[in-house]
Amino acid sequence: MTMQIADSVSLSAPDAKARAHAAAARNNLRTEPRAVRIVIIALAMIFLGVFVVLPLVVVFAQAFSKGILAYLAALADPEALSAIRLTLVVAAISVGLNLVFGLVAAWAIAKFEFPGKTFLITLIDLPFSVSPVISGLVFVLLFGAQGYFGGWLRDHDIQILFAVPGIALATTFVTFPFVARALIPLMQEQGTQEEEAAISLGASGLQTFFRVTLPNIKWGVLYGVLLCNARAMGEFGAVSVVSGHIRGETNTMPLLVEILYNEYQFVAAFAIASLLAMLALITLIAKTVLENHLDEGHDASDH
Amino acid sequence: MTIEVRNLVKKFGSFKALDGVDLKVDNGELLALLGPSGSGKTTLLRIIAGLDWPDSGEVTFNGEDALAQGARERHVGFVFQHYALFRHMTVFENVAFGLRVQPRAIRKDEATIRARVKELLDLVQLDWLADRYPSQLSGGQRQRIALARALAIEPRILLLDEPFGALDAKVRKELRRWLRSLHHEINVTSIFVTHDQEEALEVANRVVVMDKGRIEQIGSPDDVYETPATAFVHGFIGESIELPVQIEAGVIRLGDRPLRLAADGLAPGASRLFVRRHDMLVGPPGSGAFEGAVQHVRNFGPVQRAEVALSGGETIEIDAPRDRELRAGDTIGLEPRRYRIFAGV
Repeated sequence: MTMQIADSVSLSAPDAKARAHAAAARNNLRTEPRAVRIVIIALAMIFLGVFVVLPLVVVFAQAFSKGILAYLAALADPEALSAIRLTLVVAAISVGLNLVFGLVAAWAIAKFEFPGKTFLITLIDLPFSVSPVISGLVFVLLFGAQGYFGGWLRDHDIQILFAVPGIALATTFVTFPFVARALIPLMQEQGTQEEEAAISLGASGLQTFFRVTLPNIKWGVLYGVLLCNARAMGEFGAVSVVSGHIRGETNTMPLLVEILYNEYQFVAAFAIASLLAMLALITLIAKTVLENHLDEGHDASDH
Repeated sequence: MTIEVRNLVKKFGSFKALDGVDLKVDNGELLALLGPSGSGKTTLLRIIAGLDWPDSGEVTFNGEDALAQGARERHVGFVFQHYALFRHMTVFENVAFGLRVQPRAIRKDEATIRARVKELLDLVQLDWLADRYPSQLSGGQRQRIALARALAIEPRILLLDEPFGALDAKVRKELRRWLRSLHHEINVTSIFVTHDQEEALEVANRVVVMDKGRIEQIGSPDDVYETPATAFVHGFIGESIELPVQIEAGVIRLGDRPLRLAADGLAPGASRLFVRRHDMLVGPPGSGAFEGAVQHVRNFGPVQRAEVALSGGETIEIDAPRDRELRAGDTIGLEPRRYRIFAGV
């Protein structure tokens, strides 16, 4: 007993030995032989390479296959510019709407008790579980010439289908869950105590929202907006059904990629595709950064 | 500020959280609401704060109807059980919050706000933490910042929900003493909720004992300990021995054994007899009201705690001084120095 105490008190040399022992023990915990480890890691790498990295490389390789001038010319084409503009407009509208809807829905679900709450939570996920093509068809059924509101819309000279409003509506529907989904668990975890504290300190409803609620969920909001935006810009199925594919008018970037490809204009198709791929890469990086912030938020809330 | 609560009823679904509560709190009091969980004490506190609304009943502050006002207008400082500090604000901004959200017409200028926050942080002895975030503080520090934040609005009433509930035993003891002296200093009418009897008896001027949405007893700490009004209070406060007894024809029986205790003025029928553990005096066999055999003995500092099987069929624990050592197997007589009998089972 006395020996042991003396040992642990004496300095550096036994310390280094203890560390070596600990390292050896850690190695022993990995039971798989070296060869198996290498095979498993190699398989994962090859799979990722073929299915993820290679397609990405091919997109850029094809886009630049006729040189950078051809690439730039393809992007400067009026049809391409119109598609980029339309995609940005539609994304701005649907992200804006879903930001408001998502905040309201998450607020209602996380902070209040009301009948039908579980049903509402399930309903929010509906756009995820329905095929985008069906989502698009629903809007044709509602607003098409033969649809429920078709006659009334024609009488009042309002164009929804095969125009920007229809594309924005379909995109909004498909991307609805992102913001709400990002916020509900976060707000549920945070509870209502900070809001109660703010109100008992004399804050009004708006002051409470802007000074307490919103700062607490800001990273969650950005996260939801980011994913929502990525999906809104990349959406194909639902938009394809409602857009009508009018060149230079109702073609979004994903639709234009398909059309150009079918017309054997590979450089142009992959040039537009390369923009979408870059969007994906930027989204991925931003997502990683935001996730770090979200984790910090969780730690801070760990009272 | 005096607070008066009349016939307050609050239901959550079919559960009656408050079942007709009447309470009067005097100006400058430090009052404890004491009860087991589910007794309605926190609900009562939240209704006084305006964070919950009763189904019926009245709450008045200085005679004015408080239920006509929302939490925002009541000017009540509330300290939450888990502090509810604003996690994205520094300690300084947390304390300043109540001053910054005041309507522009009465809002103080920045220099005044800074001076006031500094003063409050000095009061809770944490001015050196002004730039930290809540997640960087210990439990006891968060607790004191929550109190400083509540005091910033110069509340008419201070309400504290389980203020020491989430702290470890040592910090809890320190903070208790500190809270009492702080109350002495600022002298604002205060109510705190606790399930810890020691806390209630040590800190409060007056204790309200609650159970199942009703008030069982209101009194000074001495009152509720020395003269419990109901069986519940006797059982809940202090360590009590509880024995089921029968009273018939002027005799108290434990099982089939008559006890040598006076039954004057007691209603016949099934009742419960309560004695404090340390009020059972040990004597030779044949002396005293009870007789029993010692089963186990353990020493706790100045006392020995003995498990005694009474003749009559109950096993009790008593605390006896250590001047006369008890041993397992001893037969002893027991005489309650003080006891109380409550009718009913």
